[in-house]
Amino acid sequence: MSPEAIFFYLFAVMAVAFSLVTVLKRNPAVGAFSLVLVFFSFAGIYAILGAHLVAALQVVVYAGAIMVLLIFVIMLLNADSPSLDMDRTHWTLRALSLAGCATLFAFFVWAFQNGSLFPQPGQFPPQRVAELGGSTKLISYLMFTEYLYPFEVTSALILAGIVGSVTLAKRQKVKRGKA
Amino acid sequence: MIPVPVPVILSFCAAIFFIGLAGVLIRRNILVVIMSIELMLNAVNLTLVTFSAALDHPHGQMAVFFIIVVAAVESAVGLGLVIALFRTMRTVDTDQIQLLKG
Repeated sequence: MSPEAIFFYLFAVMAVAFSLVTVLKRNPAVGAFSLVLVFFSFAGIYAILGAHLVAALQVVVYAGAIMVLLIFVIMLLNADSPSLDMDRTHWTLRALSLAGCATLFAFFVWAFQNGSLFPQPGQFPPQRVAELGGSTKLISYLMFTEYLYPFEVTSALILAGIVGSVTLAKRQKVKRGKA
Repeated sequence: MIPVPVPVILSFCAAIFFIGLAGVLIRRNILVVIMSIELMLNAVNLTLVTFSAALDHPHGQMAVFFIIVVAAVESAVGLGLVIALFRTMRTVDTDQIQLLKG
C-alpha cells in the first residue's frame, strides 16, 4: 500500500469519526470543533487527489471563515443556556430516518461497486496538467477564461449574501407585533 | 495518480453525506442542522473532486470552487437567520418554530 493510500484511509477514518461526533454530540460547541477536524481531513484528501487549490480553499474558507462564524454564533447564543440543551426527536422519526439513510447508503455503495463509471477520459491527464504548470495554474486559467461570467455572478451573490445577513442580524428599531 | 480505488472514495463520500443527512433529520438544534448541511456539501465536493481526478477533467474542481462560495454565503445568511430567530423566539429548537402553524 502506498503512503498516499495509508494517508487516505487515515483521513477517511478521522472524517467519519468526527462527523459522527458532530452529528451526535449534544453540545454544539464540541460539534463545531470536531467539524473543523472533518474539514482538515477533507483538505488532506483533496491534496492526495491532486486538487491543491481546492485543498487550500477548504482550509481557508471552510476551516477558517465558516467555522469562525459558526463558533462565534454558538458563543453568542450562550451554549450553556437550557434553550440549547436539545433532546433528540421522537424515536419513530429517528428510527425511520436512520433506516432510510442506511438503505440509501447501502444502495449507493452497491451502485458505486457495480456501476460503470468511466465513459471517456478528458483532455487533462496528470502529465498534461504538470506540463501546463500544475492544477492550481490550470484552474486559475479556467476561472478567468471559460468561467469568467459565473465568477462575476458569484461576486453579485456574495454581495447579496452580505446585505441579506446584515439586514437579518441587525437589531430592528421598528416595533413589530410580538412573534 | 489516485492511490485507492475510486469506488472506495465514492463510498466514503456517500457515508459522510448520509451522516449529514441523518443529522439534518434527527437533530433539532438548528446550529447542528446547519453543521450537518455543511457536512453534506463537503461530501458532494469530494465526490466532484474524485470524478475530476478520475476522468481527467478540471471542470469538477471549478464546480467545487463555486460550491464553496455558495456554502460560505449560505452559512452567513443561515447564521444571520439563527440570530434573528433566537432574538425573537429565544430558542434554537426547530420543533418550537411554529409561527405558520394554524
